[in-house]
Amino acid sequence: MKNCEYQQIDPRALSVSPSSAQQNHTEKKVQRSRRKWEVFPGKNKFFCDGRVILARHSGVLPLTLGLIVVTCGLFFAFDCPFLVEHLTVFIPVIGGVLFLFVVISLLRTSFTDPGILPRATPDEAADIEKQIDTSGSSTYRPPPRTKEILINQQVVKLKYCFTCKMFRPPRTSHCSLCDNCVERFDHHCPWVGNCVGKRNYRFFYSFIISLSFLTSFIFGCVVTHITLRSQEGKSLIQAVQESPASVVELVICFFSIWSVLGLSGFHTYLVASNLTTNEDIKGSWSSKRCTEESGNPYSYNNIITNCCVTLCGPMPPSLIDRRGFLSVVEATPAAAAAAASASEMELPPFPAKNEANMCTRSTKSVLERMVHSFDSRGLCPPGAPKTTPLGVEVSSMATPSAGCSCQPGVAPCPPFSRSSKRRDSLHSSNPAFRLASPSPSLSRTTLILGDAHDIGFIPLP
Amino acid sequence: MAETHSLQDMRQQAAVAAKVFIQRDYTNGTVCHFQTKFPSELESRIDKQQFEETVRTLNNLYAEAEKLGSQSYIEGCLACLTAYIIFLCMETHYEKVLKKIAKYIQEQNDKIYTPRGLLLTDPIERGLRVIEVTVFEERSLTR
Repeated sequence: MKNCEYQQIDPRALSVSPSSAQQNHTEKKVQRSRRKWEVFPGKNKFFCDGRVILARHSGVLPLTLGLIVVTCGLFFAFDCPFLVEHLTVFIPVIGGVLFLFVVISLLRTSFTDPGILPRATPDEAADIEKQIDTSGSSTYRPPPRTKEILINQQVVKLKYCFTCKMFRPPRTSHCSLCDNCVERFDHHCPWVGNCVGKRNYRFFYSFIISLSFLTSFIFGCVVTHITLRSQEGKSLIQAVQESPASVVELVICFFSIWSVLGLSGFHTYLVASNLTTNEDIKGSWSSKRCTEESGNPYSYNNIITNCCVTLCGPMPPSLIDRRGFLSVVEATPAAAAAAASASEMELPPFPAKNEANMCTRSTKSVLERMVHSFDSRGLCPPGAPKTTPLGVEVSSMATPSAGCSCQPGVAPCPPFSRSSKRRDSLHSSNPAFRLASPSPSLSRTTLILGDAHDIGFIPLP
Repeated sequence: MAETHSLQDMRQQAAVAAKVFIQRDYTNGTVCHFQTKFPSELESRIDKQQFEETVRTLNNLYAEAEKLGSQSYIEGCLACLTAYIIFLCMETHYEKVLKKIAKYIQEQNDKIYTPRGLLLTDPIERGLRVIEVTVFEERSLTR
């Protein structure tokens, strides 16, 4: 990994920036504004300019799709002609409708934001830490923090998320695969390649229910097909030999039916009792008290209400605002403390979003570090295109894929930073890069940087 | 003060003195509801009644968005029948109320908060976790 050296640049030089950068700036000012999905700190992949979100580990989603498409393809090609002739034309029609429903639900589950909570802004994180510090000693790292609250007369513990820098709302859990806190977290499903949470649970449920119907339907039709063939004076072996594809379908359906039907039954139970898989597995609301069956504070104690709430309730919006534009503040000497302005900042091309590495750390220590480390920085060589002026919204300071390593003098992330061990070596020495991950939904951040306003960086062409 | 500060002027000229965060209140479950307790940092800037009124109105608007009524059920069932494609075409009830909330916050900022050197940030920009109140320094108010 190359060494990055940053040089302090006089902000007056900003107005006399290199001609090419200026030319780029004026020509492409509008085109180069970045969207928030490009700087999203979680482990997600985005397509169609932020419209489609997927987990980075898409798991076996291609396999799931492939199995469904192949099985249905074989069904329509080999079984339907026989069944249309001998039974009714509605068989492929029903099969087609079910197939469409399954595929659409699957794609909706996979490509929808499950209810990701944006990470706390540095100010929020500092405010929360301040509140915690006042109640405990701040000399050493305190043990994992929890907060107890009362929900419907029941004590619920809220845990502090070290990655997202906030107390997790009730029913929210942090998915380690996606590195996001997800509201009403159910589970991370490898078959759909995404987390299942508040926003896409209904799609997931309709997917497994329709898939149960589809597999049962295909299984039934294939059995009928083979039975009808063998009844025409042929043996079973002969019938199978005439239609080998049916055997393939039978095998696939037979093994899928057990798991899919079982899963549908399980999730129907969860929906009826307003539970999540996560809560059920952990036994959060299992009968701790002898008088009550379950202490679930979120249940409406009515199966129909629970079902309606989970499946037909209002569709909450996506909180991460993937397609919003980043607004960054240009560091000018006049802007003393970075006040928010709506101007867009032109930044060099962003490498693949997967390379975005954010160091999450305590905001206080970072701000102190920034104040102390404003001297002796060199210009980053052209291979490392990530520079932004200080006093700028700390969106994503991704290190380039070439790997801009830290200067020897820069301290690594503190040990409590869970997700940053691997990233330590990739941190740039620019202190602006080291601030706690901000919320991607941020439209403006104000950082009181003290004397930071007179230091700036310019992106190299 | 004779003149009304525009938000843009505020941001460009004023220095941020502090930020106050109104956290969520989960006593009624996971519905979006903010604490109505008046923060001490704002005592010198705004009337307690006025602030609590703003937060209470916001809470009512969020309750309206998340209300489990016949409208949301019809919307949900219709969406289920169309394999949720309908969500791609039409704006949900929640989104409509969010627009109403954004307008309300803008209006409150213009009328009440900006003249007092405060700025409310729409909670949706903070993931519906907090209502962020930015307190600007006093010196920017005296011209």
